[in-house]
Amino acid sequence: MPPEMDGNSSTYGLEGKGAALRGPEGASRRYGRDWAWWQDKLVASVVFVGGVSAIVFVLGIFAFVTREGLGFILHTMDVREFFGSIAWRPTSLIRPTYGALALIVGTAFVTGLAMVFSVPFSLGAAIFIGEFAKGRVRETLKILVELLAAVPSVVWGFIGMTVMNEFLIRTFGVPVGLNAMNAGLILGLMAAPIMTTIAEDALKAVPDGYREAAEAMGATRWQVVWRVVLPAAKNGLLGAVLLGVGRAFGETMAVLMASGHSIHLPTSPFDSVRALTATIAAELGETAVGSDHYRALFTLGILLFVVTFFINLAADLVVRGVRGGR
Amino acid sequence: MFEATPLNRRNARVELVVKLLFLLMTVVLVLPVLTILSILLVKGTPALSWEFLTTMPEKGMTAGGILPPLLGTVWLVAGSVVATVPLGVAAAIYLSEYAPDNWFTRIINLAIVNLAGVPSIVHALFGLGAFVLFFGFGTSILAASLTLGVMNLPVVIVATREALQSVPRAFREACWSLGATRWQTIREVVLPNSFSGILTGVILTVSRAAGETAPIMFTGAVFYSPFLPQGIFDETMAMALHLFVIATQVPGVPEAVPFAVALVLITMVLAMNALAIALRVHLRGKKKW
Amino acid sequence: MVSPGPSHPVPVEGAGGRGRTSVRPVQGPPKLEVRDLWLGYGSRTVLRQVSLSVRENEILGIIGPANGGKTSFLRALNRMNELTPGMWVRGQILLDGEDISRLPNVYSLRRRIGVVFPLPVGLPLSIYDNVALAPRLAGIRSKAKLDEIVERCLVRAALWDEVKDRLHALGSLLSGGQQQRLTIARALSQDPELLLLDEFSIAVDPVTTMRIEDVLKELKREITIVLVTNLVQQARRLADRTAFFLNGEVVEIGETEALFQGKVEDPRTLEYLEGKFG
Repeated sequence: MPPEMDGNSSTYGLEGKGAALRGPEGASRRYGRDWAWWQDKLVASVVFVGGVSAIVFVLGIFAFVTREGLGFILHTMDVREFFGSIAWRPTSLIRPTYGALALIVGTAFVTGLAMVFSVPFSLGAAIFIGEFAKGRVRETLKILVELLAAVPSVVWGFIGMTVMNEFLIRTFGVPVGLNAMNAGLILGLMAAPIMTTIAEDALKAVPDGYREAAEAMGATRWQVVWRVVLPAAKNGLLGAVLLGVGRAFGETMAVLMASGHSIHLPTSPFDSVRALTATIAAELGETAVGSDHYRALFTLGILLFVVTFFINLAADLVVRGVRGGR
Repeated sequence: MFEATPLNRRNARVELVVKLLFLLMTVVLVLPVLTILSILLVKGTPALSWEFLTTMPEKGMTAGGILPPLLGTVWLVAGSVVATVPLGVAAAIYLSEYAPDNWFTRIINLAIVNLAGVPSIVHALFGLGAFVLFFGFGTSILAASLTLGVMNLPVVIVATREALQSVPRAFREACWSLGATRWQTIREVVLPNSFSGILTGVILTVSRAAGETAPIMFTGAVFYSPFLPQGIFDETMAMALHLFVIATQVPGVPEAVPFAVALVLITMVLAMNALAIALRVHLRGKKKW
Repeated sequence: MVSPGPSHPVPVEGAGGRGRTSVRPVQGPPKLEVRDLWLGYGSRTVLRQVSLSVRENEILGIIGPANGGKTSFLRALNRMNELTPGMWVRGQILLDGEDISRLPNVYSLRRRIGVVFPLPVGLPLSIYDNVALAPRLAGIRSKAKLDEIVERCLVRAALWDEVKDRLHALGSLLSGGQQQRLTIARALSQDPELLLLDEFSIAVDPVTTMRIEDVLKELKREITIVLVTNLVQQARRLADRTAFFLNGEVVEIGETEALFQGKVEDPRTLEYLEGKFG
């Protein structure tokens, strides 16, 4: 091809860049920082503040809750009483006592019941949605799980007080339907969506190659799921359950409304119980800012914060194994 | 010829039983939503009217309408969105587009996970200690909105980050190789193509904020107020708290009224969710690559 | 030394001047000089001790089997390694005698280097905006000027005739071959001094490949091109000099015709050129 044949742009690419600019002296000037460079730096700093805000808020929550509760821990709290006694009588005029044992046991009992109901069904639903359902059925079920997650906690509580209450009285012949069983069922339903969603993510993270290899050997779908997918996804499933535990543990309004809210060491699922969260919600409005009772409620808050912190930390550590760092 | 062996037949039977069992479990899980909705519809509809939505409560909330809590919820939700969305989107942009892969980024991610797991009542304690008392906003729409905002921050961050990450990396690289800065790339290519996803996240935040009770109980929402809020330093009633109050604290409320309040509340929330779902479906049908 | 070979450069087909000064560069300062470059990802080293230079207005072909570090090499040339998690680079890369790692504004470096990836990437913008993006970012606002650039670049990339009636359709929905030419048009839109092409013909049909090759020969008169290719014949058709990358090292670099005539220093180069592996 003759070099003359070059169409209409013989000076392609060079207009405006004089020869002087091509030498080394000109080069440094060409690579100077311009407005776009500074703009990028500016945006980087602004969004960095957004990123850091998450840390600031977690620390801030701990700091402010501790700030209000610390006075109680340092001066009033008797550790043995707090963790060993069921006598939560903060408003007693003669001798207020702050035994949180019943509240702790109540929360643990209700959370445990919720998990007993919820874990099998949530994981089952995750397996069905992730491994068996296809197309429209799958999409519909996913949307329904999402709607389940959207029902506000106060509506759940209201359902507990009305529908579930009647249901329990009629089914089990108990005199009162507001009890640990009621709260456990309600919390189970509330914790189910997060467990189902995260568990399904964990199943999805198992490479299809595993399934194909097993299916090529003639395994049925269920054999593939049971022998290949579930073992490969077990960390993610554990993480899902932990997040469900965290969700149930920290739930407030539904437990307050459905559990019966009486201080009591439960001996049966049909006993009324009282949860840590519900105690704060029910009593904080009636306390004077700075009083022992007020500070004791913040101390319950510290306990809740610390426990959920470790539950979530554990969940994150086990889930990270399947979902990757970011 | 292929003939089913007894083992094949047994496997097929097990497969069917297992499949039906899991289907049953899924149905048991999602059935309550539909049940709840129908019960609320049946029991709440009689008390529902245009008047119910647009008038003030009367006779100690045993009669009249729900205008103040309805408006109050709109105030609180709007406030929390204004507070959360810019911060959350910024955080997501940082994590998705700028953050190096180092220990500090891991700490931010850990903080987001933990922030999402903090119980709502602890958020309430934080809002009371920080916004109401320390910053001196008093129990006000401002304090309650900020409390809701902090609570919803991780939701916005996670949804936005997911939307940003759904834009393929190859697009960013193509843009960078043209000499575009990271911000120019975000502005020209990443944000325009993740906008709907971000919007979905924001709508879900709104829906969540509307239904929350505990975080606003001690920070700005009150059991009863004879006035409509006039500004962000006023206290207000709110739908979620109103349901709690008339269901548990006020004697003599006609049975249908709390059901109607719950129905209105859940309709607001589910309408938002339906909008988000519709947006997502629409988005999936309109692939740009 | 196996072959004595001529010490003077072998004339290159098509580049010699008939009554006109050769466009082959004189041995002045190189456009691009790479000194002792090492790079890798995390603990994996991908390139070892690469030193080579690219002269002004030449096409340097880079050939070699897959996973030889060719693509990573290109990434280092415009500092894309900084945006690739885990990627590290040691050594010196000089553009016009200036160490690129010391430039205060990396974006202005990338603005001067056009890149074409092996897999086509049409941005989810209109065809017009795909090509006009870089000029716009560089501050060109005039509609007439942008129109002119878009048309010129699309013509150059042999895409204009197919898309001139639908410039506002999405570039990301074009066919693979069209997207690849769009990518080339986009790379040209920034008036690069250095064009890096990474196996551009993978997604393009043979006729279009030929048309683009013609464009490259023409462009060479104005800019410098580094062409990574998996087709040794493409290197022979286009490259003035060719470097052979194998397992992260430069086995050989020399005048293309000389290499193809068997004047190699390392027997492995000949084996690769003869198609014995790769």
